[in-house]
Amino acid sequence: MFRTEMMEINMGPQHPSTHGVLRLALTLDGETIVDVKPIIGYLHRGVEKLSEHKIYVMVPPLCDRLDYVGSASQNLGYLQAVEKLSGIEVPVRARYIRTIIAELNRVSSHLVWLGTHALDIGAMTVFFYCFREREMILDLFEAFCGARLTTNMFRVGGILEDLPPGWVEGCRRFVDLLPSRIQEYEGLLSQNRIWLERTKGVGYLSAEDAINWGVTGPMLRAAGVGYDIRKTEPYAAYGDVEFDVPTQRDADTYARYLVRLEEMRQSVRIIRQALDKLPSGDIRASKLKTRMKPPAGEVYHEVEGPRGVQGFYLVSDGGETPYRCHFRAPSFVNLAAINVMSKGGLVADIVAVIGTIDIVLGDCDR
Amino acid sequence: MSQDDLINYLVIPVVKIAVVLGVVSGLVAYLTLLERKVLGFMQLRLAPRRVGPSGLLQPIADGIKLLIKEDPTPDGADRALFVLAPVMSIIPAFAALAVLPFAATPFEIFGYEFTPFITDVNIGVLYILSITSLGVYGIILGGWASNSKYSLLGSLRSAAQMVSYEVPLGLSIIGVLMLAGTASMVGIVEAQRQAAWWFFVPQVIGLFCYFVSAVAETNRLPFDLPEAEAELVAGYQTEYAGMKFAFYMMAEYVNMIVVASLATTLWLGGWLRPFPNVEALEFLNFLNWAHPALSGIFWFALKVFLILYIYIWLRGTFPRYRYDQLMRLGWKWLLPLSLANILVTGLVLVLWK
Repeated sequence: MFRTEMMEINMGPQHPSTHGVLRLALTLDGETIVDVKPIIGYLHRGVEKLSEHKIYVMVPPLCDRLDYVGSASQNLGYLQAVEKLSGIEVPVRARYIRTIIAELNRVSSHLVWLGTHALDIGAMTVFFYCFREREMILDLFEAFCGARLTTNMFRVGGILEDLPPGWVEGCRRFVDLLPSRIQEYEGLLSQNRIWLERTKGVGYLSAEDAINWGVTGPMLRAAGVGYDIRKTEPYAAYGDVEFDVPTQRDADTYARYLVRLEEMRQSVRIIRQALDKLPSGDIRASKLKTRMKPPAGEVYHEVEGPRGVQGFYLVSDGGETPYRCHFRAPSFVNLAAINVMSKGGLVADIVAVIGTIDIVLGDCDR
Repeated sequence: MSQDDLINYLVIPVVKIAVVLGVVSGLVAYLTLLERKVLGFMQLRLAPRRVGPSGLLQPIADGIKLLIKEDPTPDGADRALFVLAPVMSIIPAFAALAVLPFAATPFEIFGYEFTPFITDVNIGVLYILSITSLGVYGIILGGWASNSKYSLLGSLRSAAQMVSYEVPLGLSIIGVLMLAGTASMVGIVEAQRQAAWWFFVPQVIGLFCYFVSAVAETNRLPFDLPEAEAELVAGYQTEYAGMKFAFYMMAEYVNMIVVASLATTLWLGGWLRPFPNVEALEFLNFLNWAHPALSGIFWFALKVFLILYIYIWLRGTFPRYRYDQLMRLGWKWLLPLSLANILVTGLVLVLWK
């Protein structure tokens, strides 16, 4: 008699489509996925513990290296937590510039997501198109602060230096260009039959499951829940600009694709308004000490990163360094749902699912 | 055996085989470069341009690299099969070249006739179909012998895929055979000359089915599931390196050339120029002053490269199908479509004649 058995496959930590050093233990019945176990920790650097041994202003460079694709919102979240803890008021101009940078960073992060996601599914060319536009954003970052990826642009109480001359015009040129480029990606993918077949109905995560698993960001919004920290608790200059929170109802990979594309367009809208309204004035709160000592207490602050809610929990005992640091990493939380999303699918779906979760392992492992 | 017989039956075929093998191997090397260049052009990047003038020596550098690379055999691999599999993959690919008609008019060299094809058999199409379908053994055995799960999954996928797409591939050709009334490759092209049109005009559905199945047969995007790098690392090739890997690679590209040549012969008029019966267009055979066969080879090569270009273009445009979708496409769309094509062609032939 014949006997069939499950096949155990170890995907990663070195694998072309695990977006870093993720390891998946797959149990397969032929091509069908029976079980997925994500195994993480290959990129664990102990950032939270390290932060407890650094003075407050030395932590942002570490935050940069958590989610290196969307580093600006990490910085922003941490600094706002510190500012909340010590009651620092940030000047309006600095808040606007922070908003612009954070949104540019969101666009660049989504471009990386789209490029790699499409590459995983086999559409090679989109990747190069996306990186062409991302390059422009990185050039803008470089012109502003000298770094491209781990930018460390913000400081406690504002930003270090004002925008260089010509930067605003360059940024305007970019946001005018981007919508037409997004249309280009859509031309390659949105109506492409193979793309539709590969993404529609794949990696379904209902709103209920998403909330139960604590999933946030575009994944939650693609399930029809329009939860966005930028709207619910506006920070920086988000209260002063108009934008929509795009949602979809299908809760599958295609819906998430549409949500992220629309988010890029909304980011363009936010950047345009922020550039128009950009006030003049101070860029940094005055009378700040490098070795600052926030009053004893604790604070939890959340920002809407490109991947979802990024939370920063700080406890101060009144000393120079944080007593306790904890970062809520959206990649970590979202990745937990991979089992629900890919069970019953085929091997090829796991690749689409990893892509659509949009994990950054630096963020996940911390 | 007289000296003439010796030359006619031994020397001339060997020379022709050597020429075809040499030219096609060179073409394969440069096809990889062409692919990289075209993809680079489509993807806003420069493609290789360091080795030689604008990268023209890149294939040679690649070849040397593959030759001198370490060539490990994985633990627990079936050594004999592991070595044999790439060979089994490349031999059928090259063997299929035997019946491709590159032109018609024979060359006269030292008083002997050199036909510009290796041979013309009356079952040429069947020969190609049967010999290329042997290539799947190389892939299955390679995946099995590697003792790696990724290789195994890749080779199983590829077995299913290649066997499935063989069916619509074979059926899509039948329409042409009905029109031509022969299975000889030279005969089919001659039939197109007599019909005054290339067979893609009445058989466009057949050409479509053939083209899609051929892309699947050669494991190219959007059907490159056996080696889907995002899922299976490199499918059946995962454990291969060095020259063995190069054999798989060459087999893939030779197969591309073979299926493109088959499409050219069956649907695009082989060596014929456009509108072969319109005398006014004779200037299109501008190489006739040297030798009529050269014009034929020129048109043949042009059409083959057009199809190869479309192959590369597809790779630059499409995402990859999923396994079940691929099977659905093959069995639920291409198979009925090619069957309907046969039916309609038969009806028209019966009613017309």
